Amino acid sequence: MTDRIAIRALTKYYGDHLVLDGVSLAVAPHEVVALIGASGSGKSTLLRCINRLVDFDDGEILIDGVSTDDPQFGKTGLYRRIGIVFQAFNLFPHLNVVQNITLAPRRVHGLSRQACEDNARRLLDMFGMGECADDYPEQLSGGQQQRVAIIRSLATNPDVLLLDEVTGALDPELIGEVLRIIKDLKEKGMTMVIVTHEMGFARDVADRVCFLEGGRILEENTAHELFARPQHPRTQRFLQRITDAGRL
Amino acid sequence: MSSGASPPEQDTTASHREGRERPSRPAPARGRRSSRTTPIVISVASVVVVFGAVGYAITRAEQWPRIKRQFFNWDAMVASFPDVLRGFWINIQVWVIALVAIGLWALVLAIFRTFTGPWFAPLRVFAVVYIDLFRGMPALLLVLLLGFGVPALNLPGVPSSALFWGVVAVTLSYAAYAAEVYRAGIEAVHDGQRAAAKALGLTQLQALRYAILPQALRNVLPALLNLAVALQKDVALLSVLGIRDAVREAQIYTARTFNYSSLIVAAALFMLATVPLARFTDYLTKRDRQRRLQGTP
Ligand SMILES: Nc1ncnc2c1ncn2[C@@H]1O[C@H](COP(=O)(O)OP(=O)(O)O)[C@@H](O)[C@H]1O
Ligand SMILES: [Mg+2]
Repeated sequence: MTDRIAIRALTKYYGDHLVLDGVSLAVAPHEVVALIGASGSGKSTLLRCINRLVDFDDGEILIDGVSTDDPQFGKTGLYRRIGIVFQAFNLFPHLNVVQNITLAPRRVHGLSRQACEDNARRLLDMFGMGECADDYPEQLSGGQQQRVAIIRSLATNPDVLLLDEVTGALDPELIGEVLRIIKDLKEKGMTMVIVTHEMGFARDVADRVCFLEGGRILEENTAHELFARPQHPRTQRFLQRITDAGRL
Repeated sequence: MSSGASPPEQDTTASHREGRERPSRPAPARGRRSSRTTPIVISVASVVVVFGAVGYAITRAEQWPRIKRQFFNWDAMVASFPDVLRGFWINIQVWVIALVAIGLWALVLAIFRTFTGPWFAPLRVFAVVYIDLFRGMPALLLVLLLGFGVPALNLPGVPSSALFWGVVAVTLSYAAYAAEVYRAGIEAVHDGQRAAAKALGLTQLQALRYAILPQALRNVLPALLNLAVALQKDVALLSVLGIRDAVREAQIYTARTFNYSSLIVAAALFMLATVPLARFTDYLTKRDRQRRLQGTP
């Protein structure tokens, strides 16, 4: 079976700074891969390369066997196929929830307003957010905002979801409701690449975990194996520190 | 008439000061009602006393009757009022037209300036050079240059009205300031908003139109209104072209009667128009600041 995402020898510089150093990673359809590693190890950059939010210097990324450089994706095809959710939610504060969700389907993909709104409300109901449809982001809690952001990224029916520390800005009591949506999506068969500091969650939801350091994947294994028997000394040290901080 | 025509800095300090100087709550022992009204009574009383004293001193001065005859002559005011008012109507019309033109042209400049990507380099360079050029030049100079210069060329197919070119001059000058206000607003929008827009597939223009500009405009509205207040006064620059606006009409009356009361009439009209707008701007600034202090996420 073709990999949903195939990353080959990806290299990325910011100026002189080597941020991704020949990263290769394959993600099968319906697979969930978690990226862990210290801050600055290149997790966000790797994620942002996958949907070409940032450009890279060398290597290639294939989606279902087709290079993301391929003209068949056009200007917007990649963004329709791949959704991304950020740590800071990044909802548009001047638009209400439904308008946030329908912006891309309407303006980018040219669907009718009615169809987009129906779809938005259906998605909101599906994830228990129906009452918030007409609220503005500032009226919502952080957890609700992040759930809306996730739903917004689903509005174009993507095959892949990229999640960048989506619970990183949330109060502890709000994390659960966001993680529940992600588990939901896994059960529905969404392919996901998840950057997270919630090791318990990574172990629960991820099929595979990659440990990054200095722009390289130092270790990669099934979630169970990697947490139970980390091989690389640096992975061991990282997990030890996380455990000491009480986050495992 | 202001000669340099430099619009004021975006003044947010007024509201800051106000916030700091708000009287601290008096001791509760004194009773609720009286303690709440006391500061107001003190303010009103002190204003009346201070300004009353100043007014008394002025009107007592030996030269006051002469000043009054020359500047505050009621009959001269009444006599000049219709002409000055008719001129002021021109000021208002020019003001509105220039406002619209400046608002649009400055937005285009600001968008040019904030576009990223190598293909847009010429537009960026154009905007930067334009803004440097027109911010560095006195508006009066531009008004003279275009208002007298272009009609004198007698170019076929080009408007030869001094009024038209005067409006163009004011627009070109103010747009440089307004573009910088817009740009500050655009750049103040958090980068995450741009990332989100791009990730949703919006082009740079769509991101501006649907995601960035609505937020930027809301943030810079008070600063833009400040410019609008300044512009209303600088419309009077066009009087140097012989356009019979309020200032010109007042001057004509002065030249005829050697009495300056007509200029006071013009001044009063300008203030009547600008003060409410300035107060409204203060109100918006204050409201925005309060909203920000409330710490919406
Ligand atoms: N826009 C940028 N410009 C310059 N350097 C950046 C930029 N974004 C990230 N970096 C650098 O790239 C490295 C990896 O960053 P990032 O991918 O955000 O790491 P992580 O998400 O693992 O914390 C860091 O050293 C960071 O300073
Ligand atoms: Mg990161």
